[in-house]
Amino acid sequence: MTVLLALILLPLAGALALTGLRSNDRLATITALAVSIVELLLIVPLWLAYDPGGERIQQASSMDWIPAFGVHISFGIDGIALLMIAVIALLVPIVIGALHSTDKLPEGRSAAGFLALILVQQALTIAVFAATDVFLFYVLFEIMLIPMYFLIGGYGGARRQYAAVKFFLYSFLGGLIMLASAIGAYSLAADELGQGTFDWATLVDVVSDAPASTQIWLFLGFFLAFAIKAPLVPFHTWLPDAAGQAPIGVTVLLVGVLDKVGTFGFLRYCLPMFPEGSERLAPLVLVLGVIGVIYGSMLAAGQQDMKRFVAYVSLAHFGFIAIGIFAFTQQAMVGSATYMLNHSIATGMLILVVGIIAARGGSTRISDYGGMAKVTPILGGMLLLAGLSTLSLPGTNSFISEFLVLLGAFETRPAYAIVATVGMVLAAAYVLWLYQRIMTGPVRGDALLGASPGPGAVEAPEAGAKKTIRDLSVTEIAVLAPLVVLVLGLGFYPKPVLDTVTPTVDATLTAVQER
Amino acid sequence: MIASSWLLVAFPALGALILLLGGNRTNAWGHLLGCATVIASFVYGLAMFFADSFAEAADTTVYSWIPVGALQVDFGLRIDPLSVTFVLLITGVGSLIHIYSIGYMAEDRDRRRFFAYLNLFVASMLVLVLGNSFVTLYLGWEGVGLASYLLIGWYTDRPSAATAAKKAFLMNRVGDVGLALAIFLMFKHIGSTSYAEVFAGIGDVSPGVVTAIGLLLLLGACGKSGQFPLQAWLPDAMEGPTPVSALIHAATMVTAGVYLVARSAPIYNLTEDGRLLVTIVGAFTLLLGSIIGCAYDDIKKVLAYSTVSQIGYMMLAVGLGPFGYALGIAHLLTHGFFKAGLFLGAGSVMHAMNDEVDMRKFGGLYRKMPITFATFGLGYLAIIGFPFLSGFYTKDAIIEAAFGQEGWRGWIFGGSALLAAGITGFYMTRLVLLTFFGKQRWRETTSADGREFHPHESPPVMTVPMIVLAVGSVAAGALLISGDTLAEFLVPAVGELSESDHGVLPHALIPWLTVLISALGVLLAWTLFGRRDTPVERPANVSWPVRAARKDLYGNALNEALVATPGLWLTRFSVFADNRGVDGAVNGLAAGLGGGSGRLRRLQTGFVRSYALSMLGGGVLLVGALLAVRYS
Repeated sequence: MTVLLALILLPLAGALALTGLRSNDRLATITALAVSIVELLLIVPLWLAYDPGGERIQQASSMDWIPAFGVHISFGIDGIALLMIAVIALLVPIVIGALHSTDKLPEGRSAAGFLALILVQQALTIAVFAATDVFLFYVLFEIMLIPMYFLIGGYGGARRQYAAVKFFLYSFLGGLIMLASAIGAYSLAADELGQGTFDWATLVDVVSDAPASTQIWLFLGFFLAFAIKAPLVPFHTWLPDAAGQAPIGVTVLLVGVLDKVGTFGFLRYCLPMFPEGSERLAPLVLVLGVIGVIYGSMLAAGQQDMKRFVAYVSLAHFGFIAIGIFAFTQQAMVGSATYMLNHSIATGMLILVVGIIAARGGSTRISDYGGMAKVTPILGGMLLLAGLSTLSLPGTNSFISEFLVLLGAFETRPAYAIVATVGMVLAAAYVLWLYQRIMTGPVRGDALLGASPGPGAVEAPEAGAKKTIRDLSVTEIAVLAPLVVLVLGLGFYPKPVLDTVTPTVDATLTAVQER
Repeated sequence: MIASSWLLVAFPALGALILLLGGNRTNAWGHLLGCATVIASFVYGLAMFFADSFAEAADTTVYSWIPVGALQVDFGLRIDPLSVTFVLLITGVGSLIHIYSIGYMAEDRDRRRFFAYLNLFVASMLVLVLGNSFVTLYLGWEGVGLASYLLIGWYTDRPSAATAAKKAFLMNRVGDVGLALAIFLMFKHIGSTSYAEVFAGIGDVSPGVVTAIGLLLLLGACGKSGQFPLQAWLPDAMEGPTPVSALIHAATMVTAGVYLVARSAPIYNLTEDGRLLVTIVGAFTLLLGSIIGCAYDDIKKVLAYSTVSQIGYMMLAVGLGPFGYALGIAHLLTHGFFKAGLFLGAGSVMHAMNDEVDMRKFGGLYRKMPITFATFGLGYLAIIGFPFLSGFYTKDAIIEAAFGQEGWRGWIFGGSALLAAGITGFYMTRLVLLTFFGKQRWRETTSADGREFHPHESPPVMTVPMIVLAVGSVAAGALLISGDTLAEFLVPAVGELSESDHGVLPHALIPWLTVLISALGVLLAWTLFGRRDTPVERPANVSWPVRAARKDLYGNALNEALVATPGLWLTRFSVFADNRGVDGAVNGLAAGLGGGSGRLRRLQTGFVRSYALSMLGGGVLLVGALLAVRYS
């Protein structure tokens, strides 16, 4: 059994074990945390075994599933999948570790159920990144929705049902359209080879030779599914609702990792399988990307709710990622591939910090806070650092990616790059305005000075001895610390990550440019 | 020593890291560590200055930072006369201001964090001037922007401070977009971002692209250096503690734009249009700043607009190309001394006056604060160009070089620089008269928080740095300019200093003409403010030019009307459009497909079985489709 398979099976086993711990929340949390930490440790051999200069797909394993249709259960990774798998393995233990500070489970619900769903979600997400059979990918792409549906619908905020259904239907519909395209590709292979197959590498070979008109239609089917998932404008409206209603830990996984399946799909499926279609439709995607950057930033600046704010920030960032992928230059595409990782880290941290603030203040409304940095300086510093990474300040991880995307896109598509560069200014505006409203000014707001600002309230010296929010505890700092280290570490020393994805990007780019 | 020059950056960076991570545990000695790291860098810089020769630029690579195919960005440092000059300025003035801050910030609970931010600033500023590529420069460039943001917003409970901090960062980001685009252009056309390769390859690039790069770099320079049209953030930045105003918003960070142009000399040498625009921006801004400087009663804002104006002089100089690079840097250095000294003096006055900044409440302070008065006075004489003090040499050299241009350029640039010298004499004299001379108006009034004023001299930890800077203000100009000491030192970095021989005015005349014009400005100020008493209340009934100057010559109103207000409305419209338009369409479509909203509502009951049913339906469809393909 490869390490990769172990990474998929371990969380499932953990989830199974958790079903027996429904009466003991504490033990359930410890078990889930232990499983997720072992999972994270498994990334080390996976990373070490991966040879950037080696095979296109490594750690490959395959077994028959539906031989009649040439469907296999086959897994393997490339450099980009490796990064995505690594980041979800990193985020799950952090989410579980922060659970106590960010989310309060509804009355009568056991922690075990919630944690089991999280672990199942983790396993399915890893599997979807690792799938090398197009049919298997489709099935996982859809099944992945189920635990997320229950996580949002069962544990979310007041409008959780609406948000969960919207999320589910939207993604499910996109998936069905992708399936139609996948079957189209299958039939092309059946014509060409005399026997249909869903094997990714074979399909890439066969379909990439198809005529442009066919490629455009098949491309659109995959593209739509991924554009909903990522999401790109105008397919984004499910995200603010889902992110706004989901529990914080779930939002981290949803925005941090699950959405990346969309941009991952562009890179793994759209470009190599339909190079001609990708070329032809690139202007369309670039326009959507640029609109996403500008429009998403505007929307982020206009939000009154912290969680919806994060969703719109992500919309802007997905715009950057799309631009980088469809500019077809090495620098831009490496930028996008690493943006997928760096966005997970930066936005994951931002969501967690916002979640901690919201859990303590009992409100996600920005206007319920003010002057918090005076009361909780460490929390303030964490929000600022996450914000600085979000606005891509040099020295933070996100800068490397955004810089590469824009620099690379400028080579081939200067007009788009110039407009997208305005997003740099807008990002500074929405991040600093958020920070200003929550953290600076006189200490004020219902949440900070309310009658019962939640557990851990302390006397505020500035506020006439009223109760207010307490700062981060040592445990909470320890939970956030890995993200802080990565934000700065990958900002100053991104080389290992760049070296990991560059060969994969080169292979993808060659596939497009050889057409 | 050059090989280990990364230590210059490492000391203050480590200081910042320890103080930020250490938290309150480091409160007791944090300020001392903060000073020690900067002094260590200064000593290292001095040792390097005396031990090594800088005949040619020495590039050292610390490590590979952003390697992606053709793009190879190293974290590398360039040691040459230009960067060493800046290292000495930054760490030298930086050390003095760190020491001063021990006294100035003594009452602040968070003094340790203040020193962490100052250290962060020094480290970033050193990366800015030492980096050997435009990307490392960009790293420092935005790093100092962050430090500036943190320090302007230091008094977090003042909403005005938070707004000013955000404004500074945003206007800088606008400039940064220019710098970023210039870098993209360099990579596209030259394939590199390092100084060595860009400067080697710039000659093969088409003139239009060179000009574009020059103009985009200028946009970046305008943002960082508070030059028109991005000047409005700098006066607001005075919300920060005064040592910050002295170090960041007078002596070092705001001069980074001048550094950028001088550093990019090989680019600007090839684009006359680019240089012309730099000089126009400089000439316009030096007038703008000096005019507004006359109208304010806030001592720090007058000094801030004075900085805007003086950096205008430097921009004018470096825009003259080979005629002016060295002169711009020389004025930058002397300005670093006398303006830092003036700010520290202003800080000392504020320290004595319950943080009051309104000069109308000052008056007659020379008796209460003799050391502050004396050091401030020397800085004052230096900035107005009193014969044989610093400003006399460095500012006059710029005016001379400006008059040295041919035809209309000579008259316009020389004339505006000369006129602004007179206005400088006026506003600085007004400032000194209102603050140190005349009636002791503070006896009749109280500070904003209702306390009485009891002015007193500041402690030695504050006055000693002021004295050192005052000595620099007196002597630096003569040292740097006479015998072309600095110009010759800088030759490897910016080339030989050209002398113009077709100026519109005779050379020998200009220094004395400048002194005369300045003296007229001083005299006018004395007539208006020295000979009669100044009212404590600001006169409201004033002529149109004064009203305009009090409103920053409508610079803020323009920003408001062109950017802020449309941006706000666009944001509101976007939110409305997204909720009603895009999302409305989605929900409408869903409702339509489902046969009315009732169906949609029923879909939302959350019963899993209905989804299971729809998935089963999907599965049947799927198998059917597969079979159809397989057996067709």
